[in-house]
Amino acid sequence: MPHLLRIIFQPGFFASAPVHVALFAGGIVAVVSGIVGSFAVIRGQSYAGHALADISVTGGSASFLVGISPLWGFVGVGVLAAGVMDMIGIRRPRGRDLATGIVRGAGLGLAALFLYWDTTHTNTTGAAITILFGSMFTISTSILPVMALLSVTAVGIVAVLYRPLLLSSVAAELAAVRGISVRAVGAACLVAIAVAVSLSAMTIGTILSTALLIGPAATGLRLTSRPGLAMTWAALIGLAATWLGVLLAYDSFYWPPARHGWPVSFFVVTLIFLGYVLAGLPGGQRPRRLAMRPAGSGSGQG
Amino acid sequence: MFSGFMMSTWVVATIVAAVAGVVGFFIVLRGAAFVADAVPQGAFAGAAGASLLGINTLIGLAAASLIGALGIGWLGRSGRRDVATALALVVMLGLGALFLSFSVEYAPEIYALLFGEVLGVSVGEIAPVAALGALCIAAILVVYRPLLLASVMPELAEARGVRSGRMDLVFLVVVALATSLTLPVVGALLIFSLMIGPPAAARSLTDKPMPAMLASALIAIGVVWASIAAAYDTNWPVGFFVGAIGAGCYAAGRGWAAFRRTRTTRPGAWRGAAEHGPQAANVRV
Amino acid sequence: MTRQRLASEQAAEQDELLRVDGVSVWLSGREVLHDVRLTLRQGEFAGLIGSNGAGKTTLLKVILGLQAPSAGSVRVAGRPRTRRNSMIGYVPQKILLDPDVPLRARDLVGLGLDGQRLGIPLPSAGRRKLVDEMLRAVGAERFGDARVGNLSGGEQQRVLIAHALISRPRLLLLDEPLANLDIASEQDVVALLGRVAKEEQIAVLISAHEMNPLLPVMDRIVYLAAGRAASGTTEEVVRTDVLSALYGQHVDVIRVHDRILVVAGRGDGLAAPSPEPVVHHRADPVVHDAEAVHRDAAISSEPGAGDLGAPHEVPAARGAEQAATRLAGGA
Repeated sequence: MPHLLRIIFQPGFFASAPVHVALFAGGIVAVVSGIVGSFAVIRGQSYAGHALADISVTGGSASFLVGISPLWGFVGVGVLAAGVMDMIGIRRPRGRDLATGIVRGAGLGLAALFLYWDTTHTNTTGAAITILFGSMFTISTSILPVMALLSVTAVGIVAVLYRPLLLSSVAAELAAVRGISVRAVGAACLVAIAVAVSLSAMTIGTILSTALLIGPAATGLRLTSRPGLAMTWAALIGLAATWLGVLLAYDSFYWPPARHGWPVSFFVVTLIFLGYVLAGLPGGQRPRRLAMRPAGSGSGQG
Repeated sequence: MFSGFMMSTWVVATIVAAVAGVVGFFIVLRGAAFVADAVPQGAFAGAAGASLLGINTLIGLAAASLIGALGIGWLGRSGRRDVATALALVVMLGLGALFLSFSVEYAPEIYALLFGEVLGVSVGEIAPVAALGALCIAAILVVYRPLLLASVMPELAEARGVRSGRMDLVFLVVVALATSLTLPVVGALLIFSLMIGPPAAARSLTDKPMPAMLASALIAIGVVWASIAAAYDTNWPVGFFVGAIGAGCYAAGRGWAAFRRTRTTRPGAWRGAAEHGPQAANVRV
Repeated sequence: MTRQRLASEQAAEQDELLRVDGVSVWLSGREVLHDVRLTLRQGEFAGLIGSNGAGKTTLLKVILGLQAPSAGSVRVAGRPRTRRNSMIGYVPQKILLDPDVPLRARDLVGLGLDGQRLGIPLPSAGRRKLVDEMLRAVGAERFGDARVGNLSGGEQQRVLIAHALISRPRLLLLDEPLANLDIASEQDVVALLGRVAKEEQIAVLISAHEMNPLLPVMDRIVYLAAGRAASGTTEEVVRTDVLSALYGQHVDVIRVHDRILVVAGRGDGLAAPSPEPVVHHRADPVVHDAEAVHRDAAISSEPGAGDLGAPHEVPAARGAEQAATRLAGGA
């Protein structure tokens, strides 16, 4: 048994400081992504999440130019882009894909420019890799408190607006009738998504952060119709995938033949995908309808 | 900038832009913008894998694009389409990251695949690109009518015996091919701008489908020419200009469409409901 | 007598453009349609009437070949239903197209001519003339060059009808074309379709939840309730006993001027519903005699069966005028 454990947890895993940082940062990011991502999936805004991630590249590459932690760039540009997308009319299904795509295209074009300047004007090589595929093992401890704060903020937005957000996501007219400003709630949700995406850009990179945002959430929704439970599942699945991914990435340093370590983002994403596929295997593929608790009553359906 | 070694760039870029414009017309028509985003990013993995194995990047691209496109089609049928697409593409990207991590020239290669490389086009690439490009455009022309009908009114198409599923498949394959052509020049992340911006602009210029498709190709060619010229002059990456000008096209298209709408609400301009008389004004659906 | 009957039945069958025989459809464990029979000859206009969920769209899909029946058969012009059938024209329920889509009305109508053929449409004077003719025939020539997405509901309807008609079908199916139309457009569309049926000798089957707008042009009716159908002429089908049997509870059929109302009764145990709804095949038409009409009218005018107060007017149907005068003073 000890032998087996040693194979699974390669030497130094539990003692390594970067691993601690990775587990902590990756952990809170996974939980936030799972919770916020559930709303993204319910609202059918997975594509927006993806667009925001790509736009964050612009922010990340700009921050390398300026010399600050990429997190600030991610969050700043992400939230800004969320506002622009909301203005352009992301809520209306018609033209929504086009609008998000074009904002994304412009942002990426700018990112191309910044990254080019990064390599030519500054001394940072590999800015592209850090931004695009994450820096799970190289996150500096000084940024951890900020990440924790942002995580609390994102979850806080969703928690405070839980009921209006849920109602306006599922049946916008009903929400409007109750006096909920569907637009404001939607904008707040988009901001929360932008923050979540920025956080996961730090750990697994912008290109792959979509997986953490919508994968566990979609899996959770496959497993249950109750929104609260689905969110819990999403957070747990994301957490498990991230921690397992960290473990595997650490172990991969010891794997023959190259012994150079596989990217942690690869593991996390693959595990999430496996989870999604496995959740869909038993039983039918019917899309589940959300079971909403009637206001004021104790027991709901589902 | 029109010297010998740049000529192949111009030729290839023109072919690529024409294909992107034609295919993009249908992408926008079908509201399938996410496909134009997803397939290239999946192709990224194929290109990475191909360069790792040392085989022709174009083959790796084409293979990965096809797998990605078909995978999207298959996954889309069983479950939420947007989630399936996003997950499939992200897995492909993860694979791409993995492949690239094995190679030595990690960073510049990633950059070139994602954002495009203008000077990386050799004379030898002209022939295969031309052939593949001609194939794409020919395929679109052959299925033009049923694809148009199935894209605009799938119920009508079904009633006429046009199988939407088959059209979907053909279209996805064409998108995959177009992607593998366009990616080396414009980069995985910016193919999208080239495939979406020009058609969005074209559709506001004309009401007729065929001219809209042609305009889309022409605008795309214009975008690429301008981007290459600007990149050559400033040494800035082509991708930046494609993204910026593409976004500009889209904005211009939206603006023009809005302008046209205001013009038709002037009194005297044709407005259907008004022709029917007072009782028709009750319900304008 | 029997041999004559058989011969006339066979002759009638050959004339039939559409024959639906005992079609049942099970979907997701539910029987959506049960033993539906109907026939349609060329030039006839039939209304498929039923509320939402009664099975109208499913039946249309079966006829179009888009849904395989669990039992029964569909024959179009004597031949079994195949998928690609150029004899059937279809007008789906109106779908609002995005005004950004670059497709003009005439382009959509042109696709009706050859939308399923590969290749690009080559501009030809002949094709353009055909499209113009069709646009004129449906009264859409004014907006032929406008984008489909910019048209109002009624205008789009006409374009869709032109799209279906241009390929000269022999059977035209329309899925709830009157939904969401204002009264004027409704009347226009019904008149247009009636004209089309008679002039082009096309069989028209249109689904709707209200039969009254169709009464001026309707020859036959297929009344659907909870998957069960009663088909025949309006006089044969829209009767208290037939519809009560169909619904499985007592309903009243009330005729006011030239409109028909079907009203749920109080179910005081009058007309006991029989398990099988009455279906009238062409071969055995219901005999209309004054006595039968009187009997029906008597049932529907019984007190307590609707609390309507004043005596009902019997419709000016064939052979019923005598009954009307007899009942004029009745209770």
